[in-house]
Amino acid sequence: MSETIQYTHKDMASDQEVRWCPGCDDYVILRAVQRALPKIGKKREDIVFISGIGCSSRFPYYVETFGMHSIHGRAAPIATGVKLANPDLSVWMISGDGDSLAIGGNHFIHVLRRNIDLNIILFNNEIYGLTKGQFSPTSKLDQITKTSPYGNTQPPFNAGALAMGANARFFARVSGNSLKEMQTLFVQAEKFRGSALIEVMQNCPIFNEGAFDVYNDRAQRPNTQLFLEHAKPMIFGAEKNKGIVLKGLKLEVVTIGENGVVEEDILIHDAHEPDPTLHTMLVKLVNPIITGIIRSVDELTFGDRFIGQMNARKSAANGKTFNDLVVSGETYYLK
Amino acid sequence: MQKELSKRPSNDLSNLVIRFSGDSGDGMQLTGMQFSDTSAMMGNDIATFPNYPAEIRAPQGSKYGVSGFQVQISDKDIFSPGDELDLLVAMNPAALKANIGDLAPGKTLLVDSDAFSEKFLKKSGYRSNPLEDGSLDAYRLIAVPMTKNTQKALEDFDMDRKAKFRSKNMYTLGIVYWMYGRDLDHTIEFLEQKFEKKPLIKEANQLVLRAGNIYAQNLELIATHYQVRPASLEKGHYRIIRGSQAIAWGLVAAAQKAEMELFFGSYPITPASDILNELVKYPELSVKAFQAEDEIAAVSSAIGSSFAGDLGVTSTSGPGLALKGEAIGLAMMIELPLVIINAQRGGPSTGMPTKTEQSDLLQALYGRNGESPIIVVAAHSPSHCFDMAFEAARLSIEHMTPVLLLSDGFIGNGSEPWLIKKLEDLPTIRKNVAQDPENWTPYTRDKDTLVRQWAVPGMKGFEHRVGGLEKHEKTGNVNMVPLNHEAMTKIRAEKVKRVENNIPALRVHGVQSGPLLVVGWGGTFGALFTACKEIREEGQEIAHAHFDYINPFPKNSAEVFSAFKTILVCELNAGQLVKQFRSSFPKMNFIQYNKIQGLPFTNGELKNKFMSILSSGEDL
Repeated sequence: MSETIQYTHKDMASDQEVRWCPGCDDYVILRAVQRALPKIGKKREDIVFISGIGCSSRFPYYVETFGMHSIHGRAAPIATGVKLANPDLSVWMISGDGDSLAIGGNHFIHVLRRNIDLNIILFNNEIYGLTKGQFSPTSKLDQITKTSPYGNTQPPFNAGALAMGANARFFARVSGNSLKEMQTLFVQAEKFRGSALIEVMQNCPIFNEGAFDVYNDRAQRPNTQLFLEHAKPMIFGAEKNKGIVLKGLKLEVVTIGENGVVEEDILIHDAHEPDPTLHTMLVKLVNPIITGIIRSVDELTFGDRFIGQMNARKSAANGKTFNDLVVSGETYYLK
Repeated sequence: MQKELSKRPSNDLSNLVIRFSGDSGDGMQLTGMQFSDTSAMMGNDIATFPNYPAEIRAPQGSKYGVSGFQVQISDKDIFSPGDELDLLVAMNPAALKANIGDLAPGKTLLVDSDAFSEKFLKKSGYRSNPLEDGSLDAYRLIAVPMTKNTQKALEDFDMDRKAKFRSKNMYTLGIVYWMYGRDLDHTIEFLEQKFEKKPLIKEANQLVLRAGNIYAQNLELIATHYQVRPASLEKGHYRIIRGSQAIAWGLVAAAQKAEMELFFGSYPITPASDILNELVKYPELSVKAFQAEDEIAAVSSAIGSSFAGDLGVTSTSGPGLALKGEAIGLAMMIELPLVIINAQRGGPSTGMPTKTEQSDLLQALYGRNGESPIIVVAAHSPSHCFDMAFEAARLSIEHMTPVLLLSDGFIGNGSEPWLIKKLEDLPTIRKNVAQDPENWTPYTRDKDTLVRQWAVPGMKGFEHRVGGLEKHEKTGNVNMVPLNHEAMTKIRAEKVKRVENNIPALRVHGVQSGPLLVVGWGGTFGALFTACKEIREEGQEIAHAHFDYINPFPKNSAEVFSAFKTILVCELNAGQLVKQFRSSFPKMNFIQYNKIQGLPFTNGELKNKFMSILSSGEDL
């Protein structure tokens, strides 16, 4: 960048009236994004937001950058096209649990597999909001919803585990009411080269009120949520005396000072470990829930490989054009 | 390179139709292509029609594994692969059984007698050997032990039986080359390159080709040696081009002409895959060919690329087009360039993937939710695929709307000589790039064309949001006011309608008014054109008009129609364009002629139909 531009969060707000239900965590996510964007060192015109369909997908209308509110489930391939057309852009994909894990499930796994350089915010509220309260692929078993009046019979996806299965190189999780943590994670996601997936545990006050209270509630949170930091021990609890250890093939919660457990026994978080085994175990924990950057592994991005191959071929071809193509191989003259 | 010529040209033929048929593993497509290419290089006009089964390698000798490749070569301009065979090559009994019905008595039949074993005869349903029981007496039968002769020719080669067997098609080709006075050079050179890294296989194939050629020279049975003289094609620099290759190249040319990068998102499907197979070769020409995870991702990625300033293109065949419908609607709604190529095949559902049909026209026009008009154009021959791919891209960029190009398996797989075009021979493509951010909204339109100005990410001051929701006529902001929706619906329709000012007029071949106008679209061009021309040569008045532009229609369409007493619309479907005509020109009378067999029209059936209408003198 030749010039430095000083934006504030106000520069990132469009003139459109925000139309989410009062009390929705989506407002917090929007504020976090608008506060993160001035810190990523990109000009507004070089930022693109692509969304699918759902409550969350109204998001691009509210950010003063380029944006597209597309069709249900297809934000991932559209964002892929944007990034491949212009690799210099900062491309953000906004999606929900229905959009990315149900109708767009195929695109979701393939975008992660390819590791294209996108920032993907997954608004997981464990419910269909825009269509008014049907269960989603992350709704809990037995949950009563509009389409499961006698209890949900479809076991849910764990978004993190699905992402690990699809070989996600970056996965973070965060509470939908944690403005500061989100802001930091969004900046880190942008800095990460590759598909950076952030799952937000987002409360829907209308159709799924309190789904994440046990994790997001400020009073309960210290004992139910472990916010990971790279190279730090996995310690949590109101008294900072609980931790995670590996016992056999399972993770276990222990208390420091009990049963001879000392701080040195606690696992140290290594987000950069290429082997996803431990990361996969961590994303599956429910008590405590693991938040923060669980996995962040540097690898060539799809753009590096795809555009890289194109550029290599181009420089080897030395300015070849269409006119060279048509006369290549076998041609003949009729006189 | 020293020219290797088959010797002794004698009887001249003006025109020749050959069908090569065998097991799908017999290499008949390659054999046919070699014969076509060689003939084109010798100055003939050619038209080809591969007809292959859906199974890649069906059980050997079975009827459903028969693969065919038909070529017509001529000393005049030709427009179809022909339908009266002069020579049928049948590599086994199944191929004979599947094709003998198309060979008229007195014509030549070339078979591999070694393949007429008891086992293969039984497999193909023959009770006795047709080579021996007299059932082929009506034909000039040339039975050659090709399998044994090939093995024998390769006696000294250190190869297994199977590998030797695989070069048998070159033996056949060698025979056919001699029969019709073709040079061996092109195929020798082709083998040189194809097997550059496998010298043994290269030498084996070259040897077998020559062996077949020499065998034919020495064989008393092949008494007559024909040759087809060069055609009177326009002078110039040519190459043989396949339809799918021509589409790919037309897109590359359009992107370069418009100074854009070509983004091609696709998912493999028969028969459209060949376009993807071709475009992946050209990253050095800034072609971004992206094989997506499914049809929807393919079109969506193309839309994303267009949003960011590339020329976004996707390709598919019928079932895939159905999957892309919603995304095409999005591109129409947000008014971005997008080219969709649909290489049609026999439908519905999975239908007949390797057979040709024109049954996706209504899907192309209407296969989306809501009122969502897009431009629909069609290619009518292998080389015309180049022009229409370029044209589809031009219209899409200039009018900021999706353009759907209809092709089909027949012209996509077919090949013919192409007078090479270079960038300077092609029309300019004008992009409507936004200039002034102060006086711009995403839906500011040109007064005349109603085209909106394009602003792509990276353009300072043009930050904006688009989406599938209905938008305000002026600002582009989300808007659901009833009258605004009605206004926007009409604007989107009118915008596509006005494309008629940017396309050529409908051309009539033959008389400009008279008793009968034959109308077609797409891949039936060659058959319709040739049948009409031949009827005119017999002294009857008949005209032919072919629609390359279907939505919108050329402006002079009604005028053309009104000059004829009867309008016959010929289609390889149950009547789709005719339905569109009847609703667009309600006061006119159209009659229809349809074929829904997964096969092209034949010259004979068309001429019969046209003559019966001309002689009855009434419209039906």
